[in-house]
Amino acid sequence: MDSKQENRTGWLLASPYVVYFLLFSGFPIVFSLFLVFHRWDIISPMKFIGLVNFEYLIHDPLFWKSLWNTLRFLFIHIPLQVVVALILAEVLNRKIRGLMFFRAAFFLPVVISGVVVTILWKQLYSTETGLINLFLSDIGLPKMPWLTNVTLAMPSIAIMATWKNVGLYTVLFLAGLQGIPKYLYEAAEMDGASKVQQFFYITVPAINPVLLMVVILSTINGFNLFIEPYVMTGGSPLNSTLSVVLYIYKQAFSFYKMGYAATLGFVFALMIFSVVLVQRRVLERED
Amino acid sequence: MKKILKKAGFYLILLLGALSFLYPFIWMVFATIKPENEITQLQLWPSHFTLASYTAVFNKIPISRAFLNSVIVSSAITASVLVFSSMVGYALARIKFSGRKMLFNLILFTMMIPFQITLIPMYILIVKFGWTDTYWALIVPGMVNAFGILLFRQYFQNIPTDLIDAARIDGCGEVMILFRIIWPNSIPAMVTVGIITFMTTWNEVLWPLIVIREQHLMTMPQMVTLFAIGGSAESQQGVILASAMLLAIPVIVVYMFFQRYFIESMATSGLKG
Repeated sequence: MDSKQENRTGWLLASPYVVYFLLFSGFPIVFSLFLVFHRWDIISPMKFIGLVNFEYLIHDPLFWKSLWNTLRFLFIHIPLQVVVALILAEVLNRKIRGLMFFRAAFFLPVVISGVVVTILWKQLYSTETGLINLFLSDIGLPKMPWLTNVTLAMPSIAIMATWKNVGLYTVLFLAGLQGIPKYLYEAAEMDGASKVQQFFYITVPAINPVLLMVVILSTINGFNLFIEPYVMTGGSPLNSTLSVVLYIYKQAFSFYKMGYAATLGFVFALMIFSVVLVQRRVLERED
Repeated sequence: MKKILKKAGFYLILLLGALSFLYPFIWMVFATIKPENEITQLQLWPSHFTLASYTAVFNKIPISRAFLNSVIVSSAITASVLVFSSMVGYALARIKFSGRKMLFNLILFTMMIPFQITLIPMYILIVKFGWTDTYWALIVPGMVNAFGILLFRQYFQNIPTDLIDAARIDGCGEVMILFRIIWPNSIPAMVTVGIITFMTTWNEVLWPLIVIREQHLMTMPQMVTLFAIGGSAESQQGVILASAMLLAIPVIVVYMFFQRYFIESMATSGLKG
């Protein structure tokens, strides 16, 4: 093919993405830059209001509360996710029988819809009739208000989310562990390094790329937190489980404040973007 | 002897671990087929089995219609992602057109954009197109995806050049090469992109909640969600759980047969379901 023909065929084949990009990435981003300066309920005409949306956001206690809630979720979810996934991967990496069965079992919640998992755990967590509390009181422990206590509700959701996703990260870590050459451990053993030392000086550096991926992925997943509080608590008690995405959803589709919801989305997206960039920097430097 | 005991202990702990992931689902299956008043008892086995919860679901909400909607939407999106993403992936991998480097970087960049920024403008776009409460709103925004393009591009780069050159000499057009030569040689990539796309679409809730209000157009996860938080289940746990079970069953069945592909596909993508 000559280069002119190649250009034509190339762009022709790439055209679906070009159209898709213009409609569903390019336009929305440009339009969001426009929306943030307006007040709009979709029905009546759009009204230019300058920086009022941003001013409102800075003084909006619910936005900061939802941001804090989301961060609380992340602070529990990410470390728990990494630790449990690493332990499970470490166990699966030994020569064990039934590897396929165990891997499939840990992975099952990953493939099942978040809606199903959330409905199931809402029942498990129920204070009076939930399976967890029934079990606790059966062995003589007090019933816990998993989803109805201001301090406890978000950690409960974070534990559930970890349970749901940990299988995926286990498989990622397992692939990383399987890539470490055995002789490294044998050499360390001969030099008298303890198991703990081997873990921190061989395993951790070797799986650092996977660790980076796991942390970034679970951060993004955490920032997207929506369906879990939406189904389980609706943001209650006292907005202690209101996530940012749930708050954006409410502003847009319960109160029809499109301009303000777009502003929330815009500011939050910038925050996510910077957090992920920082994570990348920090974790890449550890190499 | 000590070694055997140690090994048995290890497997016991492993089994308990596996059980902590499986038991909630096992409990859920039983909860949907036992009488309502026995759901709140610790005992798993019911006094008798009943399908009352399932009958109630089918009586209260058009769940089979929602199932059909989900099948239509997920299949349409999966088919179109396979076609379009492989087209773009092929162009990026095997055709040296000017600007492809730029296009590739653009795709990488759009993958990094958090969806929170595009959510509201996308909704307004759908409103302006008059697509709310139509299949278009559910299908069109998912018809191409960057993940599929990148995966196909990577896979197509490793297909032997001879294969493509031979076809070009025979006078095959590029589209024909893609579908006749490349596709049959890229089954693993197709399976991966297919599974990921189908799963994410099947499980998507936020977008349907936003663009669909009419009950007969709702997808299955959306309908189950609204059923669980709304009043029509009359807070009967068994009925809500049964609706969730109906949503989970198709995925569980497919997963049981193809679990290897699921795990490997999702591990390559790092996406969650």
